Amino acid sequence: MTPHEVDPRELRARYPDVFDRPASARLAMPAMIVAAFAILIYGLVDLDFSPSRFLSGLSQLGWITLMMIPPDPGSSLPIYLKALGETLSIALLGTTLAAVFALPVSLLAARNIVPSKILRFPVRRFLDSIRGVDTLIWALVWINVVGLGPFAGVLAIAVSDFGAFGKLFSEAIEGADQKQVEGIRASGGSALHEIRFGLLPQVLPVIAGQVLYFIESNTRSATIIGIVGAGGIGLQLAEQIRVLEWQKVSFLILMILVAVAAIDFVSGKLRFAIIGRRAVA
Amino acid sequence: MTIAVSILPEHQLAALNGAYRKAVARKRLRLLAGFALFVAALIVASIGAEVNLRTLFTYFGNFISYFDRILTLDSGQRVWTDAGEWFWGWHKWLKMLGETLLISYVGTLVGATLAFCLNFFAAENTSPAPWLRFTVRRLLEFARTVPGIVFALIFVIAFGLGPMAGVLAIAIHSTGALGKLFSEIVENADMKPVEGIRSTGASWLSCMRFAVVPQVTAGYASYALLRFEINVREASVMGFVGAGGIGQELVVAIRKFYYSDVSAILLTIIVTVFIIDIATGWLRGRLFGKEART
Repeated sequence: MTPHEVDPRELRARYPDVFDRPASARLAMPAMIVAAFAILIYGLVDLDFSPSRFLSGLSQLGWITLMMIPPDPGSSLPIYLKALGETLSIALLGTTLAAVFALPVSLLAARNIVPSKILRFPVRRFLDSIRGVDTLIWALVWINVVGLGPFAGVLAIAVSDFGAFGKLFSEAIEGADQKQVEGIRASGGSALHEIRFGLLPQVLPVIAGQVLYFIESNTRSATIIGIVGAGGIGLQLAEQIRVLEWQKVSFLILMILVAVAAIDFVSGKLRFAIIGRRAVA
Repeated sequence: MTIAVSILPEHQLAALNGAYRKAVARKRLRLLAGFALFVAALIVASIGAEVNLRTLFTYFGNFISYFDRILTLDSGQRVWTDAGEWFWGWHKWLKMLGETLLISYVGTLVGATLAFCLNFFAAENTSPAPWLRFTVRRLLEFARTVPGIVFALIFVIAFGLGPMAGVLAIAIHSTGALGKLFSEIVENADMKPVEGIRSTGASWLSCMRFAVVPQVTAGYASYALLRFEINVREASVMGFVGAGGIGQELVVAIRKFYYSDVSAILLTIIVTVFIIDIATGWLRGRLFGKEART
């Protein structure tokens, strides 16, 4: 069949959906895009955007970037290395603390452990509200309680991750295979035995993977909680930005990037090792 | 009824048992070594982070009583007994909240637009040249790894105090995060339509527009909505460094110990985050549902 044999009218009649889309379907997409950009323009006006302000800011930013080159720590390299160590410590400790406390609570939030919805609901909402508050806010709260310093940072990361872990762990537990649990129940195991021998072996590798991933992402969070005074390299960074020492700022940013990349690499390897072991077992 | 279980001769069994025990012992040893290493790392870390358990125990009461205090009005009553007094500043706070939402909206949209423009260069299957791909990838990586609030700190100095710095910081961070996710969607796209369009003599731009974009828009929209959710949280703390939004009110309330204000603002933020989560979840479901229908 050659193309010119096809009658367009016949095609039109045969596939009405393709040729005659209703106006609502054709207009929906452009209307949505127009609406999205209308809100964008309203937002730009409302938030005091102006081309002149933008351009002068950009030229300012250009100067700042020029002044950042070359990165130079001056004489404070030992202080920065110590601060970096502090940041890594905050991430590691905070994440571990959160995982330790979240494990029992996540059991309470899992459907296959606590079948009663009335019991589960408050636990879940509690975890949700903890997650709704940013780590920086928790850092401010803990600074009020234990004073300035890295310890407040550890507790802030621990609390905000507690919410995230509670949810993730309970999902991992709900995803576990019930057959092994039933097997242990059939052989006369108690509820604790079911959890220890039926659930934990399935769930632990998943949880370990998640904890490693969070240590990775918390290295980033730990760099920023210093900005409000909770220790670590963020404190140095915020200070150097405030006193406009741009060469030190760029050096600190480079240090953060390198540290994050290193942690990513190590935890990627570790995670692979853990998941690989599960695949073998 | 008896069941015949074949038991191996003693010497064969002993060899198997020995091998099994050795395997278990090796596994246990490895686990123990890993655990010991982990504990050692924890101890080093707790020295580094100046962990002081005594401080924690002394002040843990403070943590509990802090929540007691932020739930108490100046008059000494519980906050929920007098909602009008508790949310006395609701007019101002709602305005700041609107600003926060607007910051995250504009930031997300600008970031998503930039990521949309850049991601085709970063994806392995559509990038026109390897050096371009390398450059764009490193750029996105940089934008993603530097935390948004660090950008905000620098932008506050360059662009002046106010929401503009917050918007730009969120936009850059979102560009980095979305650019990576978008390019991963493109890498999973079917390349046959691209070949079909290229075979008609179309340019690279037409190939992207007519072969790749129709496949990936639903995924893009979904990720952009998810990013919006995250950015609302981000924007709520941008005020800590003077980059606009409700964070400014919150940090003042926390630092100046206006206890009941802290709980009121926190509650406002939490409820907003909930609503945004639910709304974007619903919208994502609709988008994917529509995609499945056509």
